[in-house]
Amino acid sequence: MRGLVRTEADLALFLHGRLHTGGETIAGAAAAACLLAAAPDPEWSAWDAAVDARTPSAALRAASRGQGGALLRTVARAWPGPAVAALAALRRPHHPLVLGAAAAGASATAEEAAALALHHLTGGAATAGVRLLGLDPLAVAAVTAEVARAARPVAVAAAAAARIAVDAGDPALLPAGGSPLHDVLAQLHDSAEVTLFAS
Amino acid sequence: MHRDDTLTVHDHTPLAAGPAGPLRLGIGGPVGGGKTALVAALCRALGEQFSIVVVTNDIYTTEDADFLRRNGVLPDERISAVRTGCCPHTAIRDDITANLDAVDDLVARHDPDLVLVESGGDNLTATFSYGLVHSQIFVLDVAGGDKVPRKGGPGVTRSDLLVINKIDLAPLVGADLDVMRGDAEAVRDGRPTMLVSLREQPDAGPIAEWVASQVGARRG
Repeated sequence: MRGLVRTEADLALFLHGRLHTGGETIAGAAAAACLLAAAPDPEWSAWDAAVDARTPSAALRAASRGQGGALLRTVARAWPGPAVAALAALRRPHHPLVLGAAAAGASATAEEAAALALHHLTGGAATAGVRLLGLDPLAVAAVTAEVARAARPVAVAAAAAARIAVDAGDPALLPAGGSPLHDVLAQLHDSAEVTLFAS
Repeated sequence: MHRDDTLTVHDHTPLAAGPAGPLRLGIGGPVGGGKTALVAALCRALGEQFSIVVVTNDIYTTEDADFLRRNGVLPDERISAVRTGCCPHTAIRDDITANLDAVDDLVARHDPDLVLVESGGDNLTATFSYGLVHSQIFVLDVAGGDKVPRKGGPGVTRSDLLVINKIDLAPLVGADLDVMRGDAEAVRDGRPTMLVSLREQPDAGPIAEWVASQVGARRG
């Protein structure tokens, strides 16, 4: 906690920034996974590597794989099938890929998968604002609702890019935005004496 | 009007069949009651008889795992620390995946007879999911006040074994052990309650015997 986010207004700015940088990237990966999961045996490893390449922070790569592996336990029980089994062969695939495969299992669209990824991204930070900074939960709910509206076009754009990448069979075409300060802070947090998050 | 006795099932087996593999024993209870001391005592008492691995849960640190390592009760590689980063009960009950990962890794590496999963210190509502453990011990301490068993909650009423620790402190804090035992037994429907002082009995005596019987029952 470095005092970079102190108020609900700061949180809104932070979340908008995340939407249009790392947000579009993970949303694109989730949407691609949703499309890929329609095939019985997708080439998951290339898409998993693409998420690696878009996640410069080792701490965030580890967190994404940890959460992906955790979610996969649930998804493999809820929506078993060949595509999920192929994903499980990676052992701990990145979280957006598992989320996209789950969305496919639940008959959601690529746009909905992208929206889910953005919801996860912004929801985690918003919850942290309530729990760790003591922000007003009602004000944070309002911020979350406003950010959700802003997330819609981001999800649509991410899904469109994902469709192009999947049609071309080329993960390099996935969105690749990022925010370097976020990566640096994740590394600093991971090496701090007391870490508040494992994710 | 229903007749309560026809609706009450006096069966202590857990609701779910539980995970496969060796006995997984959860140890939960409020902060400072002696969960880590109990884990250390069980490792000392049963470490030669059984192959044991331990998963600890702390919110922000690896304090409990570090304590066990410093005390040398198990080789380092048999202890795994989960940093929950959230309310401890979430990681042992609602979203158990981080703990399942830690247990699976230890079981794959060591093929143990007994897996101890120590919760982070929480409150009277914190109990383990039977998707994570087969059996659970809830640890209270006398210094928390002798009215705690009366306050109940699922840890007090439904744990497979209730341990009331630090009985050596009872005279110092004005706690009545008979009241604690009576209140606990009144709500536990025959499940065992043990009053101990792990400081004075570092081999956990009757608790270790109970755990050994659980391991034996699991092996069949």
